[in-house]
Amino acid sequence: MMEQELLMQWIIILPLLAIPGILLFHKQPNLREAITLIAGALLLVAVVAFYQGFDAGNAPYIHWWELMPGLDIAFRAEPLGVLFTLVAGSLWLVTSIYAIGYMRGHNEANQTRFYACFAVAISAVMGLAFADNLFTLFVFYEVLTLSTYPLVTHAGTDKARHGGRVYLSILLTTSILFLLFGIIGTWSVTDTLTFAEGGIFDDSVSPVVAGVLLVLFVFGIGKAAVMPFHRWLPAAMVAPTPVSALLHAVAVVKAGVFSILKVCVYVFGIDLLNELTITDWLLYVATASVLLASLVAMRQDNLKKRLAYSTVSQLGYITIGALLATQAGVLGGALHIVAHAFGKITLFFCAGAIMVAAHKTEISDMRGLGKTMPVTMIAFFIGSLSIIGLPPAMGMWSKWYLLMGTLEAEQWAVMIVLMISSLLNIAYLLPIPIRAFFDGKRSVVSINRGEIKEAPWPSLLALSITAIMTIVFFFWPQVFYGLAETLAGVAGGTNG
Amino acid sequence: MIQHLPILQVIIPLLAAPICFILREAKLVRWFVLLANIMAFVVSIMLLQQVNVHGTLVYTLGGWEAPIGIEYRIDELNAYLLILVTSISTVTLMAAGSSLNKEMKESKQTYFYIAYMLCLTGLLGILATGDAFNVFVFLEISSLASYTMIAMGNDRRSLWASYQYLIMGTIGATFILIGIGLMYMMTGTLNMHDLAERLVEVEQTKTVFTAFAFFLVGVCLKLALFPLHLWLPNAYAYAPSIATVFLAATATKVAIYILLRFIFSVYGFEFSFSHLPLTEILVSLGLVGIIAASIVAIYQTNVKRLFAYSSVSQIGYMILGLGIGNKTGLTATLLHLFNHALMKSAIFLALAGVVYRIGNVNIKNFAGLGRQMPWTMAAIVIGGLSLIGVPLTVGFVSKWYLVLALLENGWWPIAVLVLVGSLLAIAYIWRIVEVAYFKAPLQNNQSHKEAPPAILIPAWIFVIANFYFGIDTSFTAGLSERTAELLFGVVK
Repeated sequence: MMEQELLMQWIIILPLLAIPGILLFHKQPNLREAITLIAGALLLVAVVAFYQGFDAGNAPYIHWWELMPGLDIAFRAEPLGVLFTLVAGSLWLVTSIYAIGYMRGHNEANQTRFYACFAVAISAVMGLAFADNLFTLFVFYEVLTLSTYPLVTHAGTDKARHGGRVYLSILLTTSILFLLFGIIGTWSVTDTLTFAEGGIFDDSVSPVVAGVLLVLFVFGIGKAAVMPFHRWLPAAMVAPTPVSALLHAVAVVKAGVFSILKVCVYVFGIDLLNELTITDWLLYVATASVLLASLVAMRQDNLKKRLAYSTVSQLGYITIGALLATQAGVLGGALHIVAHAFGKITLFFCAGAIMVAAHKTEISDMRGLGKTMPVTMIAFFIGSLSIIGLPPAMGMWSKWYLLMGTLEAEQWAVMIVLMISSLLNIAYLLPIPIRAFFDGKRSVVSINRGEIKEAPWPSLLALSITAIMTIVFFFWPQVFYGLAETLAGVAGGTNG
Repeated sequence: MIQHLPILQVIIPLLAAPICFILREAKLVRWFVLLANIMAFVVSIMLLQQVNVHGTLVYTLGGWEAPIGIEYRIDELNAYLLILVTSISTVTLMAAGSSLNKEMKESKQTYFYIAYMLCLTGLLGILATGDAFNVFVFLEISSLASYTMIAMGNDRRSLWASYQYLIMGTIGATFILIGIGLMYMMTGTLNMHDLAERLVEVEQTKTVFTAFAFFLVGVCLKLALFPLHLWLPNAYAYAPSIATVFLAATATKVAIYILLRFIFSVYGFEFSFSHLPLTEILVSLGLVGIIAASIVAIYQTNVKRLFAYSSVSQIGYMILGLGIGNKTGLTATLLHLFNHALMKSAIFLALAGVVYRIGNVNIKNFAGLGRQMPWTMAAIVIGGLSLIGVPLTVGFVSKWYLVLALLENGWWPIAVLVLVGSLLAIAYIWRIVEVAYFKAPLQNNQSHKEAPPAILIPAWIFVIANFYFGIDTSFTAGLSERTAELLFGVVK
């Protein structure tokens, strides 16, 4: 037991420990990157070892300190958190490999600051994943916002500054005005903020209050990018691609939907969600968000912008999963955290690889690119499959359970929208690799035929890994499925 | 020795002031003043220990029992604030040497230190005394000393700022004196303890109401409650940097102490909140102050002025917490007294570092400072985050209590407005951040170095304190809660 507790703290602290090394070797890039990679590898080992311990029934609880009476910084392992650390922990290493190729290939400045802030952000994600109460969650949520601000504005240009302003203002506004208010409100009605199976609201809390709090949470967790608070995500695309990949396809946005799932399951509980009428309305907002974001994504010609809107849309799926308030919905939402993470990070890696190797950012310029960047484009194809939800990619499982959830909840409209949105995904993602391979005649790529010019090998390696993983997890989703199923089990609810 | 602690607290700085005059040499005076401050700080810690062990300490000056003599009365409330004032004054003085060398001639520095010590005497005296008239006397000592300090700024506008403050401050002091005079007229005593007992008998008379009104307006002028804040922005902006740090962190806090002491200990909660619409007055003024002053702060070009307006808005938070009229609200006010002092000391000390290198604090000149003075700017940013109320900083702790207190009364619209105030703080802090980190340095500002360690280290002591007391709140929150209970206990 003791060891597992220790391991949990190591997972939170480990990324931070890399920072002094990163700062110390700011003059020797090779050593500096080596430290990031070592930390990434150690973290991966740690989260996997932790998962094994957790799977064996070892769920530790750690209490760091009490900030104010009743407000603790405390951590507890539960299925959703373990699932999230597995995803973020493994992808940090991959992204670090990718970043080395990208940042050097792109001659970015201030790389030391980049790697240091990255480590802080990962540490915050780990803390958030293990949070035992709303307060701890909030603390790490804000640390995550602030530590990613320098990453978003990395370029230091006016455009970056503007993007950073949108990023920060939306995330801080929602978190202070809604989320913090919701947390304090929860505290004032329940006198506790600790997550508990089946929720913490008892019968004495009036449905009106609970409904208002639910609204505050869903919109206050701005990182989940539920419309109309999604604009920070496209704005954050001014960041270097590794940041967009890990943070704005995985860590930050997943921290958002993770928080929503966590709040729905452990603060409200599925049963209470089912009783609240407001849940349905929020569900429709999330559904609208899915549909609208997909439509907007179709109109974007900038690849990263299109991916960003696609992310907004896919995050909506997870929010829907949480708000459906059925076991299948929760299961699908949790699985979609994993599926979307691996799929979308692959797509972003590809976008960055194209930018570094061919210096293209607009989709209309990418016709015929398959000839020169075959590996990248194949990976892009696989990633797209996963986002759409087609076999043999992991995305299929999560969408499957989400649709089951809509059936269970008898939300026909939601079900139809999910299906339409999947069609839209096909329309805006698949043409990119298809045109890259089969539209060579109208190629605008001015490189000699047959000459292969891929991104630097670390980047290529990284995007191949994540692409292969999406397929691997289609055939062997047991680890994530097991965790998600346990989560759905504790979520309660009547239907199985 | 131990039983003389209450008077030592005041006597040490009071005696140190004339000794400075004898020492003359600024370099010598600097160390002597620091030493005296450290002694005062030690005394304040011992006082808190004594209060913790023995409860309220009563010290009769010259052995004359009250009501004939003056008595000093130390309970948890003023012991807490004594520590606040002396600690901040000590750390600020560590930076005083280098900052003053840059901002004024050496011949003037001795006078500055004398004024500083007299101001400290006044503030400590207000805190320690248990006599209403004595409060007025010490208030005048501290005020006159601060007019002097402000006037010593190297900008000529500092004279005008000082004059403005002099006029407004004198009006405030006069109002306070009228209030005290009326109280004396009705009760025949100036001792606060006696006043509290005797005011009950006459509390329904118009004279007592008038006395209370005069007193309230006078104190609110001194503590710069919106809309009586007009003297503050200029005074903070044009005073020598060290004076700004000291005054911003302590002077307004002591004025709030006076308010607390009279509302709770002298008049009593019942009188203040039930017979008078104090809640309505304080809550509405505090709220308007929070919002209006924050909005004005966004448009300032002088960064010291910007943070001065921010102070006005933060005072709004304290008054709002007090106005709520429940225990949690009072706890929030007491916490914010302490926390705001830490934030503003860090920020204004870092600004002293900017003045040291650049000579002024116009926002234009901050361009590129993020790279040139990374530690100084980091201190300002962290202080700013604390002002916003980011978790793990002290600002979050006080905001949490304040919102909680508002929700306890079911006033959620006001709670929303308080959080909106935080958002406005983001706006004015981020203006500075964007200029400092994204703009290229101006032509003539290419090669600024980091501020000297003598300024940077004290600034960072405050920055670390911002984190420390944001993470371990057992001292501040515990003491605030006990004090709030004490103040409510006295009245019921």
